[in-house]
Order: sequence, then C-alpha cells, then structure tokens
Amino acid sequence: MRISARGTYLTPARLAWMTAALAAVLGLSLVGAALLGPVHVSLARALAGGDASPDRVILFRTRLPRVLLASVVGGSLGASGAALQGLLGNPLACPHVLGISGGAAVAGVVALVAGADAVSPLVPLAAFCGALASIAIVSGAARARGRTTPHAVLLVGVVFNALAAAVLMLVNALVSYTQAQGVLFWMMGSLSTQSYGLIAGSAVYSVVGLGWLVLHAHDLNLLTAGEEGAQQLGVDVERTRRSVFVASSLLVGAAVSMSGMIGFVGLIVPHLLRLILGPDHRLLLPASFLGGAAFLVWADTIARTVLAPAELPVGVVTALAGGPFFIFLLRRSLRRSVA
Amino acid sequence: MIEAERLSFAYDRGPVLADVSLTVAAGELVGVIGPNGGGKTTLVRLLSGVLAPDAGVVRLDGRPLAAYRRRDLARRLAVVPQDPTLEFPFTALEVVLMGRAPHLAALGFPRAGDVEIARVAMARLGVAEVEDRPLDHLSGGERQRVLLARALAQEPAVLLLDEPTTHLDLRHQVGIYDVVHELARARGVAVVSVLHDLNLAALYCDRLLLLAGGRVVRQGPPAEVLDAGTLSVAYATDVQVTVNPVTGAPVVLPTR
Repeated sequence: MRISARGTYLTPARLAWMTAALAAVLGLSLVGAALLGPVHVSLARALAGGDASPDRVILFRTRLPRVLLASVVGGSLGASGAALQGLLGNPLACPHVLGISGGAAVAGVVALVAGADAVSPLVPLAAFCGALASIAIVSGAARARGRTTPHAVLLVGVVFNALAAAVLMLVNALVSYTQAQGVLFWMMGSLSTQSYGLIAGSAVYSVVGLGWLVLHAHDLNLLTAGEEGAQQLGVDVERTRRSVFVASSLLVGAAVSMSGMIGFVGLIVPHLLRLILGPDHRLLLPASFLGGAAFLVWADTIARTVLAPAELPVGVVTALAGGPFFIFLLRRSLRRSVA
Repeated sequence: MIEAERLSFAYDRGPVLADVSLTVAAGELVGVIGPNGGGKTTLVRLLSGVLAPDAGVVRLDGRPLAAYRRRDLARRLAVVPQDPTLEFPFTALEVVLMGRAPHLAALGFPRAGDVEIARVAMARLGVAEVEDRPLDHLSGGERQRVLLARALAQEPAVLLLDEPTTHLDLRHQVGIYDVVHELARARGVAVVSVLHDLNLAALYCDRLLLLAGGRVVRQGPPAEVLDAGTLSVAYATDVQVTVNPVTGAPVVLPTR
C-alpha cells in the first residue's frame, strides 16, 4: 500500500502513519534540543553520573523541563490555531492574532494580582475563562446572519488584542515592582520553568482539549461548506461551535498560563501542515499539535542559544518568524478576494 | 414526501415570502421560477430547514422539519447550493465523500462502500477524472457538478437545487437535468429545483411554481404556468410563448 502525505482522501492508515512520523520528529527534537545549549552536555555522562553530576543537573533540572514545556505550549497553540482557522473559515486566524491569548493573559494576570499563587491551579483556570470569553466576544462581534466574514474577524481580533495589551499595561502600572516583573513575563512569553508537576498539569489540560477537538474534527471539515452547508450535511453547528470554543480555550489557557503570550505558532504551523498534508482536520489537528510542539522546541532553542549567555524571550523569535509570514498570507488572501 | 404549508418569512428588511404552499410527491420534479428577489432562494432555505418560517410549517414524511435531528434530516434531504465556495483546498473526492457524513460514525471515515458510492456519483456527472484536484482548482461548472455529486452521494429522498446550472454551458445544463430527472423517475426522489432558464424548466419539470414578490403567482404543469400574459406581468417584461416543434414543450421568448 502506498501512503503519500496528501492522498486523495484521508484513510485511518494515512492518519496513523503521518501522526507517527510527526511524533517521531517531535521525539528527536526533544532529545536534540535538550542536548543543545551554551554548555555542552553529554547524554552518556548525564545518564551514568550521580545525582550531583553537572551534566545530569543541567539536562534534567534545566533543559528537559524547558523543552517539555515548550512542546506542551507549542502543541496547544498549534492545535488551537488549526481549530480556530477551521471554525472561522479563515486561514489567518490564530489565538494570538485574534486576541484570545491576550484575553487569557489578562484573566491570568488579574488572578495573580488578586493574590493567587503562581503555581496555583487558579491561574490556568482564570486563563481558560479569559480565553473562552475572548473567543465568544471576538467571533460574536464579527458574525452577522450566521456567517463570520473573514476580514471582520481579523479586524475585531486586532482591536481586541490592543485592548488586552492596554489592560495588561494598566495592571502593570498599578501593581508593585515585583508583581510588574510577573506581568512583563506574561506579555513577552517565556518558557523558563523547572517544575515537572506544573508541566504535567498543563499537559492534562492540553490533551483533554486536543481530544475534544479531534472528536469534532469531521464537523470542522463540513463547516468549510459554510454554516448552512454544514447543517444541510447533518452538523449540529451550534454544538460544534460551543465544543470548539471550550476545547480551544482549554488549549490556549494551558499555554498562556504556563508561558505568557507567544505569538504566531498557531498561525504558521497549521498553515504549513495544511500545504503538506491537506486540509482534513482529523489529521490536521493532531499534526498541528505535534508540529507546533516541535516548532516551539526549536524556536526556544534558538532563543536561548543565539545570544548565549544572554537569552531572548521566545515570543521574540516566533514573532520575528511569524510577522512577515502573516503579512505574506494576508497579501495572498487579499489578492484572491480581489481577483 | 415534502410539503410546505402556508409559509411566510421576513428578514429584517421586510417580508420575503407570504403564504407559500407547495407539495412534492416522490418521483416528482418541481421547478421554482420567478424574477430575481422573488423569494426563490429563501424558499429553498426554508424547505431545507436552515431557516425557520415565521408562519406555516414544512413537513417531511408528515413530520415537521423542526422535529428532526440535523443528522437524520441530512439522511433524507440534500441541498445543492447556488454558489459553492470552500475556504480550504479539499479535493473533489473529499467533497463528495462529505455527502456520506450523515451516514457515517462520528469521525466520518468512509468504508469501501462509501467511496464506491461517491465515485459512482462523480462518474455519473462526468467529474470522475478530477477527483484528486482541489475544489478551488476546478472550473465553475466542474464545481457545481461536484456539488451535485455530493448531494447524490447523500442518497436523499428529497433533493433541493438552487440554480444548479448558472455556471454551466448548454451541454452540461442538459446533462445535469438528465441526471436529476432520472433520479426522480428511477429512484423516486422528490426534487425541487430553482431555475432561471424557463425553457429548461418547461423541458424537465412536472410542475412549476411561479414566485414573484414573495407570493405564488401560479402553480401547475408547465403549459399552464408558462403563459405569456402571466409571465409578462411577473417578470415585468414582454414575452411570447410558442411551442417547441420537436418536444411539444412551451418555449418562452422575450420580445422588445
């Protein structure tokens, strides 16, 4: 049996092969990125050495948690971007551009400032609620007569994003110096954590969100025929919309509460994967999770090595890659809507 | 099979349909004609259940549409839209397979039989050879035939078509209505089709419904509805009606 990346239609076999291939890429990326850094680390010494061996400490206390977190956050952003693009019928949608990450950050920061501990589960919960409210507001405002016009969504998102940034600056100005440092961390995006427990917690959020999305993946395919078209093919559009809202918010909430606002992962990754694998969401959603994870692992590796020993915020790296990409896509979409 | 009883519907900007009734039996092909803005597309949306009427009711097999789950309705009723656009590059075969969705489990993976049904439908409409091309790489005419193939793959008891031949040349117009006509005759599908071409309507339809200003002007066999006086008033254009010497069907000719 011949299995090509695109194929004429998606079979379970192709889904399994492509997912396995991407999982392998992610696995190799995790190992490779963990071994890379300003200080050379030997895998053999780290595994053989005692608990106090420097190789072991750097690898398992510093690098590995960071790489794992990057994969959870990148995967969440990639999958939620793919889902939002499908739901809104807009290849330019992503949680960052639409201000959903911003809304989640505002809610998370408010929870922090109101006294929640940084490691308390209240922060991801608040971020989840903020993301959910933002999706509802942005898609509701851009919707008329049961249709969301693509450019209206982006416009509303841009405005909403600016609003969220302003609220974050406002909070930043009102709180103490130490708290303000925390707020800055949320706005720039960072992956420096050391707690396996926290990573595991956000991974649970992400996997639940991804699973929930995959259950609605075929409905998202049918939604490309428009809301009425999807209804005529048997889709309960309102239920699908609500499910995708909640599941994407789980993903964005998990990502933002752990790492702040990291942009454009949810835009670039689903877009490139759609070119290679085709638009079927049953494959695109898990693929965007795995691909987003690998993408952010490498982006963060660049962020922490390129100016070593100094470190760039990873959000800077993804924005430098994603900004021009977004403009390129917007140009193409405008050309097409004029033609 | 499908019956609409005294439908009225208004958008924000004003009433679009008033007191429209229509019954279509299994195996019947009914054409909906009338000037632009007469309410034809709105009637199709009401009959497919994506819009709910302000007054009146649509019944399928005696049950109001509102009592159906979407999925159950989609197994019985298929729609070919007027202007098929898809945002993402699904292949023609993937699009036709979407017609199998209401018959499949949640993740919607087609069984061998479903792929066979989809390919047979594509072959019937002459789009088999473009099955692996993305929909947005096809011509307008090919796209419309792919969308009709999708509706065929849905295996509905009722088929609604909203001007399915706008982008088609003469050969494909006739080709599509040959398929639709055969579907009604051989499989007993109840078909409602919006048409702009009155001569095509006269050639294929068992009955016509003339809608103008949201009201039924006349309903009946083509020979009765396609009356020069009635049409001239409904379309606000002078027309002549003669008889096709070969088929005996009425032929409508504009005059100036």
